[in-house]
Amino acid sequence: MTSNQDKQEKFDNIDIEIPLILEAIYQKYGYDFRRYSRSHIKRRLVHRLAISNLESISQMQDKVLRSKDFFIELLEDLSINVTEMFRDPEFYASFREHVIPNLKTYPFIKIWHAGCSTGEEVYSFAILLREEGILDRCQIYATDFNRKVLEVAKQGIYSIRDIELFERNYTKSGGKSKLSDFYTMKYGSIKLDQSLVKKVVFADHNLVTDSVFAEVNLIICRNVLIYFNRDLQNKVINLFHESLSSSGHLCLGSKESLKFTANENCFSNVDDKQKIYKKSLSKSCIKL
Amino acid sequence: MYKALVIGTSLGGLEALKAIIPLLPKDFPLAVIVVLHIGDNQNDSFIRYLNDISQLFVKEAEEKESISPGTVYFAPPNYHLLIENDKTFALSTDAKINHSRPAIDVLFETAAWYYRQDLIGVVLSGLNQDGAYGLLQINDLGGICIVQDPENAIARIMPSEAYKIAKPQFIVPLHQIADKIIELVQSQH
Repeated sequence: MTSNQDKQEKFDNIDIEIPLILEAIYQKYGYDFRRYSRSHIKRRLVHRLAISNLESISQMQDKVLRSKDFFIELLEDLSINVTEMFRDPEFYASFREHVIPNLKTYPFIKIWHAGCSTGEEVYSFAILLREEGILDRCQIYATDFNRKVLEVAKQGIYSIRDIELFERNYTKSGGKSKLSDFYTMKYGSIKLDQSLVKKVVFADHNLVTDSVFAEVNLIICRNVLIYFNRDLQNKVINLFHESLSSSGHLCLGSKESLKFTANENCFSNVDDKQKIYKKSLSKSCIKL
Repeated sequence: MYKALVIGTSLGGLEALKAIIPLLPKDFPLAVIVVLHIGDNQNDSFIRYLNDISQLFVKEAEEKESISPGTVYFAPPNYHLLIENDKTFALSTDAKINHSRPAIDVLFETAAWYYRQDLIGVVLSGLNQDGAYGLLQINDLGGICIVQDPENAIARIMPSEAYKIAKPQFIVPLHQIADKIIELVQSQH
């Protein structure tokens, strides 16, 4: 066999092995990646394989079943932990214009930030809500399935490396003062003002396997659904619909869309381009 | 039968793409998928411009969109673009690779997995070594690799690195790349 044929056979086998290892992880540890975007999972596993001393995904499966420590490493590989403050500033500007006036009409506001990762966007929203004078009225649930990133989010300490990007985003988003009013700088890091998250509950919640836990006025879930297949996207959007109070808002990532999902008609557009939606009245969602 | 053409470029990419995409004929039977590094900028106006001067439909790739022949797709700025095993696009916000998001390597690697020998990969002018690893994956899985001749590239590093690492079958001056692609596609009939 030529070496090209060897490589092709290796990838044929990988396509067989990936569903098996994902099933093993689910059965053993309860984390369900079976309906994640397959190419994303494949990249992560293939790259982990390349830097390990394992010969195949099958050997990796054997190891993950027997070693909790190795499972924790794999969990890091499979989760998505990259975000930035005020990512997509045009979205924040639109949020200020279209959602804030509605939120201001409520005496108490419950917000669910789903898949909050390391928390940069949780602090971004807290800053925006404080500038609009309603942070004290908000109860925010910031959730992720990865406990390690939740610890980072609670601390609110980020590398100074990205500060210029954060500052630029903040200004473009329509920020009313200076971002530096909200953090202190120390040893090459910034620490966000902890009074911003006084009313934030950081909690472990898995969108794939857990269910509704509160009724909320606003759900923020940005750049999480892109990692799910269509089937799982439908399930999670249904979960969001059930969790929203009537005419509650849903904010997705700029390249995510309800278009073509099963429950597209249960929401109306608030800002089509920035992917801000509102739960429709009198339309019931299809139970999935 | 070739089913897709993937192209990666950064500095000098606007000029290079203008010298290739408009020359592809209306009945071009491959999907064309492009990663162009443009930093924090949007590329809507370049896509509109290229669409105006091309015979193929040029657009930004969307999450879960089904990949069609005869269409040119651009990776959205600030997202990696991946090919799924049901011939749709996936996006990711994963860390930058080679200081780039979108990264050419991510598109090329996942395209190589899906299309195997039915893929043509092209690396054009650019300033870093993104694309070299991805082009090697295309070569390893039986696809055809073309690199722009660095001699006449606005930025040489990207095609030079791709040439060194991926051992492409063809190294072609910019103004002949479209002809080379069309020749490859026609020669399989």
